[in-house]
Amino acid sequence: MTVKVMIPTPLRAYAEKQDHVDVAANTVGEALDTLVSRHGELRRHLYQDDGRLRSFVNVYVNNDDIRYLQKEATPVKDGDTVSIVPSIAGGAGAGGNEPASR
Amino acid sequence: METKTATAEAAAAAVTLSKEEILRYSRHLIMPEVGMEGQLKLKRARVLLIGTGGLGAPLGLYLAAAGVGHLGLVDFDKVDFTNLQRQVTFGTSDVGRRKVEAARERLSNLNPGIEIKVFETMLTSANALELFRDYDIIVDGTDNFPTRYLVNDATVLSGKINVYGSIFRFEGQASVFGAPGGPCYRCLYPEPPPPGLVPSCAEGGVLGVLPGIVGSIQAMETIKLILGTGDSLAGRLLLFDALQMKFRELKLRKNPDCPVCGEKRTITKLIDYQEFCGIRGEEAAPTVSVPEITPKELKARLDRGDDLFILDVREPHEYQICHLHGHLIPLGDLPRRVSELDSSREIVAHCRSGKRSADAVAFLKQAGFKKIWNLKGGILAWSDEVDPKVPKY
Repeated sequence: MTVKVMIPTPLRAYAEKQDHVDVAANTVGEALDTLVSRHGELRRHLYQDDGRLRSFVNVYVNNDDIRYLQKEATPVKDGDTVSIVPSIAGGAGAGGNEPASR
Repeated sequence: METKTATAEAAAAAVTLSKEEILRYSRHLIMPEVGMEGQLKLKRARVLLIGTGGLGAPLGLYLAAAGVGHLGLVDFDKVDFTNLQRQVTFGTSDVGRRKVEAARERLSNLNPGIEIKVFETMLTSANALELFRDYDIIVDGTDNFPTRYLVNDATVLSGKINVYGSIFRFEGQASVFGAPGGPCYRCLYPEPPPPGLVPSCAEGGVLGVLPGIVGSIQAMETIKLILGTGDSLAGRLLLFDALQMKFRELKLRKNPDCPVCGEKRTITKLIDYQEFCGIRGEEAAPTVSVPEITPKELKARLDRGDDLFILDVREPHEYQICHLHGHLIPLGDLPRRVSELDSSREIVAHCRSGKRSADAVAFLKQAGFKKIWNLKGGILAWSDEVDPKVPKY
């Protein structure tokens, strides 16, 4: 099963700037495993130390949140799109009480 | 309570449009979806904008132009020169002014017939519920996680609608939270990322038009909610990729276990959102303690002819803006390019403001480098203290 994994802007830096990768997988978990095995730096952005998906990273199969399906065990079929959607906070820009710029 | 409602209804019925307003809003009035009834709804509407920056600019301009009768603006900031690239409410002559004042002036000029209240304050757990009380719709145009969670929780606790928009570089998100029976922001993201893992706008940059698009979507959703027309983004997360010029949408569900709007809620009052987001004290990011050299000390040593190796850990596109003739190795590439460095030489690492290079120095010290310093304040401080010809960005 070939599925398309969509990589969001903030994480593209850790995936050789690609906006998506095609992977062979039967479940969402397998698709993400393949992704992080190809792009090791993504791992700490997607997973906590205990191996669970980080709570500010949501994963969707097509339009549906896997938290309401079978989580990482959610099956995927040929042509499905797996989207990684992290929270982003930008809005006003360089002000605010966000961490100072580097 | 009944008397109050009756009074409110009487007041609402009394709202009419003047001849001038009928002309001003004529392109609304001739649309059946708005019409006289809709325009009066807009005139009676009470909308609070949190933030008058990138998202707040199109929001304020379009909502004022559309005739939203009562606008509140919350911002504590002053107009900065770097804001003008995207915060189109402000002009060059506004630099240094209080944002809420500059915005009030601009919006009043655009539409003198509406009431604009400004609150020059940071939104906090202490003032949020009070500020929200007089408004029906809260529009989140903020730029940081603590305020986003605060806006969410305060809207849920006060039963208000939260029109959400967020941007990063060339990607945007929008939704409507807190609609009856609909999800809230915490249903989508129960927790924020730990500080430092996700770059902020100031670090990552943002394409100036992007907040214009996402803020306009928020303005459109706000107006639809006021008119009670169309399908709102409640229950949907709109994703926008400006580079590919693609809109996608994802289904959002109300999370039954949501700590603030779920059945067994654990958050029943506002909390400390800085702490919740892992940010303590004044300075958010924990700074690594590493040996430092000030720009003046560095200049003196270079002038003496000392053999110092300047390591620039910024990105190549930043090097193009300005540089100190350093050897460029972006922080992210440092681990695999460490062999390019000679540990027998004295090394001074720098970046824009000194944070990335502090990480670089910490990393190199661990890798066994002994003679290494971080340029305090980065190239910004070099520009301030040594060479004003070096542009700041």
